[in-house]
Amino acid sequence: LNAIAERAPRQHIRFLPSPDGDPGLVATKVPVLADHPLVKGPRFRQLKIGPGHRLDTKSSGVFVLGIGHGNKLLTDLYNCHLTKVYTVGGLFGKATDDFSDTGRLVEKTTFDHITREKLERIIAVIQGSNHKALLMYSNIDMKTQEAYELAVKGLIRPMEKSPPLITAIRCLQLALPEFQLEIHCLHETQQYLRKIVHEIGLELKSSAVCTQVRRIRDGVFTLDDALLRTQWNLQTIQKAIWDCQLKVKTELEKTL
Amino acid sequence: LSSRGGTARARSGIAPLLLLPSRSNILPWRWQPFRRVCSPGSAKDGSSCPLSNTLLPVKQEQAKAEPVPDLNAKTLYEDWDDVPPSSALEEISEEEAVQIIAEPIPPLQSSTLRDYVDHSETLTKLVHLGVNLSQVEKRQKAGQLLLTLDFERDIKKILLFLKDVGVEDNQLGSFLTKNPYILAEDLEALETRVAYLQSKKFGKAEIAQMVSRAPYLLLFSVERLDNRLGFFKNELGLTVKKTKDLVIRLPRLLTGKLEPVKETLQVCQVELGFQRNEIQQIVFKTPKILTASKKRLRETFDYLHNIMGIPHHMLTRFPQVFNSKLLRIKERHMFLKFLGRAQYDPAQPSYISLDQLVSLPNEVFCTEIAKASIQDFEKFLKTL
Repeated sequence: LNAIAERAPRQHIRFLPSPDGDPGLVATKVPVLADHPLVKGPRFRQLKIGPGHRLDTKSSGVFVLGIGHGNKLLTDLYNCHLTKVYTVGGLFGKATDDFSDTGRLVEKTTFDHITREKLERIIAVIQGSNHKALLMYSNIDMKTQEAYELAVKGLIRPMEKSPPLITAIRCLQLALPEFQLEIHCLHETQQYLRKIVHEIGLELKSSAVCTQVRRIRDGVFTLDDALLRTQWNLQTIQKAIWDCQLKVKTELEKTL
Repeated sequence: LSSRGGTARARSGIAPLLLLPSRSNILPWRWQPFRRVCSPGSAKDGSSCPLSNTLLPVKQEQAKAEPVPDLNAKTLYEDWDDVPPSSALEEISEEEAVQIIAEPIPPLQSSTLRDYVDHSETLTKLVHLGVNLSQVEKRQKAGQLLLTLDFERDIKKILLFLKDVGVEDNQLGSFLTKNPYILAEDLEALETRVAYLQSKKFGKAEIAQMVSRAPYLLLFSVERLDNRLGFFKNELGLTVKKTKDLVIRLPRLLTGKLEPVKETLQVCQVELGFQRNEIQQIVFKTPKILTASKKRLRETFDYLHNIMGIPHHMLTRFPQVFNSKLLRIKERHMFLKFLGRAQYDPAQPSYISLDQLVSLPNEVFCTEIAKASIQDFEKFLKTL
């Protein structure tokens, strides 16, 4: 960024003695040395970068950042209350103190009795109870036409702060002792998701720890738009911002 | 070049008194200490006017026409041998008019060198050489040092000396940016140190290389250099020739701190479990490992040895892996494991050598080693 943004040095008029030796002054345009890049230093010394929704150190996935003026859009996006989608990987048979596989082991259990049906039954129960909470926190009177229309489109969600809510959850794969879930949620933290895994383990009369939490989608931003660490350079960032601009604008206009 | 002091009369009793503690005799500015000004209102001490070294831009026409009784001026100046100040309305010749320079003065105190660059020839010449003043001014006292030096007298000698030692012209700029303190050194001390290095049988080209890569080298005295060379010889247990070779390749070893190097060697021996001869081999191949941080070394070794399952002797053969980023190793190893190609034992077929694992750029790694496309690699990375 500093390489393209150099301004041309200012010129100023100085009256220097003329080189021919006559007693006269010649007005010459000389660049002001104080504007020389070696004296001035780089033009951009820091950039304002603001983070979007929080992501743990132990989790990975899509992480939205705002640069410069984009920070103002971040608050708007936060107020849109869009759902995030996570892929959560878990392991049956262990329980640790912080619900992840790097914590201190608390207990070990058997897990042979777990089948896919049982898991899906538990998951359905979780989804049902969360759906009820969703309706309650979205503060819409359930008996109105407006509520019906919103529900048909699937747009009922709380528009203010609320405790973590899971809008949808399903099992992607189960290969004992490992399993993988896909969770759509609102206002959550990654630790809450790990706790859910632990609770699923308890419900199935076993125990579980969470091995991986990966965010696949954050509102309008998906994995395809995300940039890998090797792609963190000016051109790709500019292109990514350009591609996402339209999506972000339409979403903001729809909601606010 | 004589510039006439303009007779700016001080107003109502207060002569501007600006103190210039260190600058007045050093900077070759185009003004002169002002002559004594008598203030009409100071009746109390009429005989002694405050001595004022006032910085006043020389104006070609004086607007102030305050009535100062001439009598007063005459009596005051009778005692001194000074020439009475000429009135500003005198006519001067064309040449003298041309030679008067009226510029705004530079500030007395500033935190950047930008304000002084246009006024100081030393700084101008340094900028033309390529010295990055914005970085130099961040160092402690370096900016002040540069302003107080004179290009012709001091800096030129040292630049010629550096050229003799072998530093290239185009490197002088970056050299001085990293080490401006060398301009304050004594020329004889510098020459003694170069002579010492030559006595230790370092060739001229090698000395030039060492000095340009480690600009602080010539700031160390002879005893200090000697101590450091001896330290490396003893700690690593290498022969004199090998130590010299090492130092030529990484002269930063001599200028950096010694404690961390000792601790790193301890870590290598005790925690990582390398034998002494293995350490010697590793250090000879990649001296940079001595300056690496211990935490990073431990983490990289842990991953390489315990998770990838690489034995000590393989690591001795390819010590470059310690220098590369851990994340890179992790990503590539996991990709190879996913493809089923993570084979680091040379006895087995489809063996992947460690230095290829880390040193190749991404595209080559994907096509040659992993035999997959780079899009697959990126997709895999997104699933981590």
